[in-house]
Amino acid sequence: MARDLTLGPEWSHVMYERLKAEGVSIFAWVPDGGHKVPIARSLEDDDVISVPLTREDEGVALLAGAHLGRKKGVLLVQSSGAGNCTNMLSLNAIGRFPLLMLVTMRGEFGEQNPWQIPMGKGAQPSLEAMGVHCLRVERPDDVETTVVAGLNMAYSADQAVAVLLTQKLIGAKGF
Amino acid sequence: MAGPMSGNRLDRREAVPALLGDVSGKLVISGLAGPAQDVGAHTKETPNAFLLTGAMGAAVPMGLGVALAQPDRQVLTVTGDGELLMNLGSLAVVGAMNPPNLSIVCVDNGAYGETGYQPSHTSRGVDLEAIARGAGIPLTMTVDGMDDIPAARDLLAREDAPVFVLLRVSTEPSARYKRSLDAVQRKNLFRDLLGGA
Repeated sequence: MARDLTLGPEWSHVMYERLKAEGVSIFAWVPDGGHKVPIARSLEDDDVISVPLTREDEGVALLAGAHLGRKKGVLLVQSSGAGNCTNMLSLNAIGRFPLLMLVTMRGEFGEQNPWQIPMGKGAQPSLEAMGVHCLRVERPDDVETTVVAGLNMAYSADQAVAVLLTQKLIGAKGF
Repeated sequence: MAGPMSGNRLDRREAVPALLGDVSGKLVISGLAGPAQDVGAHTKETPNAFLLTGAMGAAVPMGLGVALAQPDRQVLTVTGDGELLMNLGSLAVVGAMNPPNLSIVCVDNGAYGETGYQPSHTSRGVDLEAIARGAGIPLTMTVDGMDDIPAARDLLAREDAPVFVLLRVSTEPSARYKRSLDAVQRKNLFRDLLGGA
């Protein structure tokens, strides 16, 4: 699939292409509007493996397994899924398994659905409580460099990293 | 201590080695607690075996990750009924991805042995083989006696579709094995085995 901008913003296409260029070949995801570009593109891309998860922490374990098998992957989740990962992140902490999570944020800048707010507030603290480095992105121009920075921290320094794609970047959904 | 369905069941110390056989050519992931003991005792923790000691629920998705990353290698994941019940959705992910090189053995003793043998849901009628089949795993089987072992071994040797074998055992303890708790060391040994950059 080419860069179809009717599918989603340019920064999301740039991010997908750069991840592939950096050797990421497994995209594990839960359904998410903010991640619709990498989800749709990975599903149609014969060069990568696109894995639909039922729960976010499956992706944490799956990417640890992929690392054992010497493949790089990325986990695409929403902030509401950060809490579902908490105990599974023990794996990264104790085994120094690399992890790059790309987290689309809800419940912050301009949120209109009050149900999104608690986990939106809790996402970064709960990730940090488990030792995950959080890199926030607010501007489209910073997405690519931040994702590459996170990927390098993950796969060169054996760290767990979350790039938080903030609501200021993505825009708040009308509700 | 033994649950109502544990009479006449297999002893895992005999049944697990008989079922798994020679796993030296496979990549092996084991979930925490009893299965890690079973697999540790069986493999003596060779570099091709990664045993979890926590992260409950990780075994199946971790095995799937290995299988997707290493499509030319056979991957065996061993888990327990308690761990699998915590992450039933992972069976749906296996069914959706349909990796031909992944097999899953669930050692089902109907109890949470690690925490004092509270009965698990499988001793109250929950059938994990039926759930695995319903999740889209095409090759499944339940082992209730040693007579079933040869057919189950044949199934585990299949390389054309994912396999799920439910091994129903008694609440007798697993074989004891003093495994490494250094996950970084075990990770590096496993990865070194696979070479590459």
